Amino acid sequence: MSAGDWLTGSDAAFDRRRKLKGAVFAGACGAATLVGVVSLGVLLVDVIIDGIASLDWRFVTALPSRFPERAGIKVALAGSVWILVLTALISFPLSVAAAIYLEEYANRGWVSKTIQTNIANLAGVPSIVYGILGLALFVRGLGLGRSVLSGALTLSLLIMPVIIIAAQEAIRAVPPTIREAAYGLGATRWQVVSRQVLPMALPGILTGTILALSRAVGETAPLIMVGAVGFIAFTPEGPMSPFTVLPLQIYQWVSRPQDEFRAIAAAGIIVLLLLLLSMNAVAIVLRNRYSSKT
Amino acid sequence: MKRFSSLPIPVATALLAFGACGGDAGGDGTSLAGAVQIDGSSTVFPIAEAVAEEFQIANPDVRVTVGVSGSGGGFERFCNGETDLSNASRPIRESEVEECHAAGVEFTELSVAWDGLSVIVNPANDFTQCLSVEELRRIWAPDGGVSTWSDVRTEWPDEEIRLYGPGTDSGTFDYFTETILGESGASRPDFQASEDDNILVQGVSGDRYSLGYFGYAYYAENQDRLKLLEIDGGAGCVAPSDDTIEDGTYAPLARPLFVYVKHSALQRPEVRAYVDFMLSEAAMLVPATGYHALSEAQYQEGLAMIAEAVSGTD
Repeated sequence: MSAGDWLTGSDAAFDRRRKLKGAVFAGACGAATLVGVVSLGVLLVDVIIDGIASLDWRFVTALPSRFPERAGIKVALAGSVWILVLTALISFPLSVAAAIYLEEYANRGWVSKTIQTNIANLAGVPSIVYGILGLALFVRGLGLGRSVLSGALTLSLLIMPVIIIAAQEAIRAVPPTIREAAYGLGATRWQVVSRQVLPMALPGILTGTILALSRAVGETAPLIMVGAVGFIAFTPEGPMSPFTVLPLQIYQWVSRPQDEFRAIAAAGIIVLLLLLLSMNAVAIVLRNRYSSKT
Repeated sequence: MKRFSSLPIPVATALLAFGACGGDAGGDGTSLAGAVQIDGSSTVFPIAEAVAEEFQIANPDVRVTVGVSGSGGGFERFCNGETDLSNASRPIRESEVEECHAAGVEFTELSVAWDGLSVIVNPANDFTQCLSVEELRRIWAPDGGVSTWSDVRTEWPDEEIRLYGPGTDSGTFDYFTETILGESGASRPDFQASEDDNILVQGVSGDRYSLGYFGYAYYAENQDRLKLLEIDGGAGCVAPSDDTIEDGTYAPLARPLFVYVKHSALQRPEVRAYVDFMLSEAAMLVPATGYHALSEAQYQEGLAMIAEAVSGTD
């Protein structure tokens, strides 16, 4: 009531100030958005200028070489795709299952609270720590060696907290009325989860998964720990094969003394960006398909 | 994508390359298969990469991998029995030797190349031509009392000296501190450190009163942006060059680069062939990597050591 009093009684200057504050805030938020967009734009333009001349089909299909004009990205690209696919296959089902359990089945006792806190904390652990864990657990403990599988398992551990949290948010966003209606019609918990909750939550889960996988694809440090190598002239033949990945190959090239390597490093970055973009495209297609189903 | 890797292997090429590698490895004439696992120093990596690339072309069925875990990380794996060869930009430490022995890993140390550490300043620095080892020690020691150029020599400008050097994990840092300061790792902490030598190049080239050190290859590629200093090791000022590094007059900052070979791995024909290939081709492959080749006699000596190691473990 009193608010109405001083509003009607306010003079024009006060009203202007009030609106100005709003405009300033909107402008500040817009500028904050621009920081991200502009720096991405500058980065992209810079990389494309440096790398586009070196980027051709030969570069994509050639083996690594110490001669920049002969060097290609084939082995690293294949390694990254292998890692990506295996990581997705391992982390997605595990994370979604964990999220479903925590949201739909677990009692809200101290056990689930402890698990929840731990997952949130794990999402903030530096990636090199996962590398050390992967080295001790997968490479040496389970004897998987310095293989694609060890790398994928390590990265799965790294991104699972992120996927679990995203999946939980998505599942929580499904209106309780839907569940109640389904239960009311006599559906079992399994039927409610599999036919109502999951399909509705899937677009959100997929978005979280893609963001997490994009992080995995850019990781270098934990993969060096579990054995990604600097020089390898054959593509992975299976999950137990040695491997390298795009970011490591790019880093190798950037740190050379010769300028020519920086040009092909830029070309490698473009390939990495294209890989990320095509991953996002796949996610959008999947998401649209599932969204239209429900 | 698949096409290249599934090309049939021209066996004749493999055999030809074999004949050329000089050793008596794999004398039965069949093409080699198996894997050669290498890890270690990123300083030695360009050499390992050159050898691996050529060996891989000659022997497409052998799976050669070269890691970049660093000298120390490489030895850790080597003494754990995980790798066949370990690259290092410093000699193996006593503690690492003990680890190897404890795990039953016997090895031979091979020198494969020389690296000349270059001490560089900004091109705008027109007063410094040569530094003695003692001056370098005072600049880099924690208790050297040097904060300006005039602290080094009184006639030099009273400007703060800004230092750039490799990160503390690198073998280059170990070697420099050990040689100049007498103790590995004893450097003053207030310098710009980077594991990426290109960053050091940028730092020194953009900072008028700076001083830095790194591998000669990075100076060679950036000569127009840097000024190379001569070093007086007690016998007058010497600049690093192909000649002074190879004949040892650029002392004490010319250092050997090493490859350690596990004896038990030498029993596998593909590893034996790889090591022989490395020592016979190094003289040709090393110069293009920015490092300096040893003399032919030194490589022959390495080959003899390998032959001896093989017969010793038979």
